[in-house]
Amino acid sequence: MDEVITNLKLKEEKKATRQSYGETLVEIGKKNNNILVLDADLAGATKTNIFAKEFPERFFDMGIAEQDMIGTAAGFATCGKIPFASTFAVFAAGRAYDQIRNSVCYPNLNVKICATHCGVTVGEDGATHQMLEDLSLMRTLPNMTVISTSDDTQTKWMVEEISKIKGPVYLRLARLATPIIYDKNQKFEIGKAIQIGEGTDATVFATGVTVSEAIKAKEELKVEGINIRVVDMHTIKPIDKDMIIKCAKETKKLISIEDHNIIGGLGSAIAEVLTESYPTKLTRLGVKDTFGKSGKAEDLMKYFGVDKEAIIKEVKQ
Amino acid sequence: MKITKIVELEEKANKVRQGILEAVYNAKSGHPGGSLSCADILTVLYFNQMNIDEKNPKWEDRDRLVLSKGHCSPALYSCLANKGFFEIEKLKTFRNINSNLQGHPDLNKVPGVDMTSGSLGQGLSAANGMAIVGKMDKKDYRVYCILGDGEIEEGQVWEAAMTASKYKLDNLCVVVDNNNLQIDGTIEEVMSSYPIDEKFKSFGFQVINIDGHNIKEIIDAFDVAKEVKGKPTCIIAKTIKGKGISYMENQVGWHGKAPNEEQYNIAVEELGGAK
Repeated sequence: MDEVITNLKLKEEKKATRQSYGETLVEIGKKNNNILVLDADLAGATKTNIFAKEFPERFFDMGIAEQDMIGTAAGFATCGKIPFASTFAVFAAGRAYDQIRNSVCYPNLNVKICATHCGVTVGEDGATHQMLEDLSLMRTLPNMTVISTSDDTQTKWMVEEISKIKGPVYLRLARLATPIIYDKNQKFEIGKAIQIGEGTDATVFATGVTVSEAIKAKEELKVEGINIRVVDMHTIKPIDKDMIIKCAKETKKLISIEDHNIIGGLGSAIAEVLTESYPTKLTRLGVKDTFGKSGKAEDLMKYFGVDKEAIIKEVKQ
Repeated sequence: MKITKIVELEEKANKVRQGILEAVYNAKSGHPGGSLSCADILTVLYFNQMNIDEKNPKWEDRDRLVLSKGHCSPALYSCLANKGFFEIEKLKTFRNINSNLQGHPDLNKVPGVDMTSGSLGQGLSAANGMAIVGKMDKKDYRVYCILGDGEIEEGQVWEAAMTASKYKLDNLCVVVDNNNLQIDGTIEEVMSSYPIDEKFKSFGFQVINIDGHNIKEIIDAFDVAKEVKGKPTCIIAKTIKGKGISYMENQVGWHGKAPNEEQYNIAVEELGGAK
């Protein structure tokens, strides 16, 4: 698992991780009757409707009532079921935070919260629907595993994997279609970050939609003779301390980038490791303690500095 | 062994009240008022109604109870202890740092607790989840959920009420412990949830109004609920906060306070003598 991926090329095909999630639910639903899916009137957007069509008797549309959805999922879990509860990230981690805390995490119930529409890449809907604090809120909860996937291959593997592990999981998914990064046979492991490239000029720790941006930045910088590596931090909790320390030792500069507030998310999690174990300067790229706004997803990524340009600029500084 | 004689259930309810007193007195904190108001209801459930096995607390086919008003854990713990899930003596460790008897129920720490609760308004959703699974898996267990009359000011309760109705959860029976008091005053003064019966009726529940301290009425209501088909039942139990300990009855100040030694001795006397 510690091998480095070297000759990685982004695929032409793009896909949103929410789509990969919906498709995989059907696959795991075929194998395991205990998998139940809940949604809060957003099944078309979260893609749980794919599961609903195949297994209507195991799909529960809870209406516009996210708190009740999480509580019901908790009740399912006490009876040995494996509930996957989905809605937009802002309504899951935000609106239903106390239900996730007290009805799921504290009793350590086997509920999978798969939240789509994270970050500014939600686009036109604007600030009220762009969740920028979920990694922060979810990783502070005891018993919670927090995952933020970067492409189709990884999401498919992760959805299946979290159905097999016991305990609460928060899976952060995106609305925006982004390039497929990994080959179908790529191996993953929860808690093990993936190193892409061996450059020593800088490490870019990325997660979710920013991983493909970091890979694009890496390719462009290579042309100019600057060699960086990208680390795909798909697991935010438990964080891969060994990878962070290894990169801190091997590379000249450390940068993190996330479609999330720079307070409390990936950058903060990395900073916590560095501060305690290997004090090193880290530059956190992401949304800088502000709310999002309406616009096209790609334009917003540029506006808020969560794209390849922001990385290239920071590496060169 | 189910207790069927009313007088024996009344005696058991008294034992449950003694346990509540021991727990709260020894902890020097806790919530006696609301625990005492739901003591008769819980006694009927645990000793007359529910199909449970104290030797196999996680038995898959058991009836389940969610004490959504989790601060009344002394009543639940006392029922479980008197039922034999754990030693009655343990009630004296309530809220102690070395005890598994947390201030609010924890399903991982206490045998017989079916759902963790404490943050008000969340229990009915979990109870619905259990009832939906029961129907899906064609099990004939029943699910009970105890709500406070102040608790139903929480919006999630009404989200959950819609869910219970949508999924026609006739294996679910909700009880509202209507003692008419919450921390800051009476229900009417603070944020009236009345008329409670009309609200649940309009949310699609079969509603039964009872005296929550009349053992026979409580049994009859649960028996009627079992026969209702196609919809959940809500029993509105008119109760007295602090019931059984004279100076606590209908006193808002006894929501979350433990008696001192003198008060404790009076209460012991009123509940039928020394333990």
